Amino acid sequence: MAKPYQRIGDAAFSKIEKVNSELFTLTYGSLVSQLVKDYEDVAEVNKQLDKMGYNIGARLIDEFLAKSNITRCVDFRETAEVIGKVAFRMFLGIVAQVVNWNPEGTECSFIIDENPLNDFVELPESAAGLLYSNILCGVIRGALEQINMKVECHFLKDALRGDDTTEIRLSLKELLQETYHADDD
Amino acid sequence: MSASPAPVKAVADCVFDLLHNEIVDWASQTAGPSTDAVVQKLDRLGFQVGYRLAERYSREKPRFADTLEIIKFLCKEFWTEAFKRQVDNLKTNHRGVFVLLDKKFRLMANFSPPPSASAKDLASIQLAFTCGMIRGALHDLSVAATVTAEFATPAPAQDAPFPCNF
Repeated sequence: MAKPYQRIGDAAFSKIEKVNSELFTLTYGSLVSQLVKDYEDVAEVNKQLDKMGYNIGARLIDEFLAKSNITRCVDFRETAEVIGKVAFRMFLGIVAQVVNWNPEGTECSFIIDENPLNDFVELPESAAGLLYSNILCGVIRGALEQINMKVECHFLKDALRGDDTTEIRLSLKELLQETYHADDD
Repeated sequence: MSASPAPVKAVADCVFDLLHNEIVDWASQTAGPSTDAVVQKLDRLGFQVGYRLAERYSREKPRFADTLEIIKFLCKEFWTEAFKRQVDNLKTNHRGVFVLLDKKFRLMANFSPPPSASAKDLASIQLAFTCGMIRGALHDLSVAATVTAEFATPAPAQDAPFPCNF
């Protein structure tokens, strides 16, 4: 019944052009520390990271649809499975477990054991409240909005802050109708 | 089957490229109106990255004999780790100036400035993070350097090369 998403994810990751994760991780770290210096307010940093992620997600979805070998998902449960097993795998080389569904099937959590963004990172005391990897929430939100799903996405737990694991909560808010802009063509 | 060696961690290229784009956009919007201010901000960000990368990549290496050895390390190992290819050509005037030519520099592959903008300014912004990385890597290897980049715009119909001089 369940489709072999793990295998599809592995295949997509093996095919995609890759770069050493250290470059990516250190670049992200350098960005976050600069944001922290510039804004002096962690809430503002979290917001900025989410916004950047949103922009990235809006473009990453094209790459995903072109290369993942995934066709239309029947429901939100399937969409979440695909994000966890295929998208996380294909782009970051990791798998996110999809758990803690609400009965309606509109909310779930991604559990991430090895977040590559966290490598080499230790948060100082002064960074309390910083959602270090908040860019991931933005990416998911931005990508799903391109395929007409309005979602909310936020960190519930972060291993960097001493939690036992990293957990991102995803909730479906609305299925958007296809909109056409008369002046587009 | 289960005893395969731990793989080198990797992420998709496009993820780094999109992050780099966002950083460039953010710096362009926040650093101030002048190109110089944007370039400086990106250069500083790149410096941190290059410094720490060089630290990691050179850890297992014997001590370098001289500056030329260090530059060669930069052109080969460092460039391959960071930009997935070696530098195509290295020139020097033997008085401390080195020119590294990468004919297909990854981060310029999709560079197409709008006709209204100054291509030269935009290219220096797009390359500033990399210049900072090189400066940071050299700093880690005890070489104080200034790094600038030049981008030779290819003819419109040409896909490659994208020659970049550093």
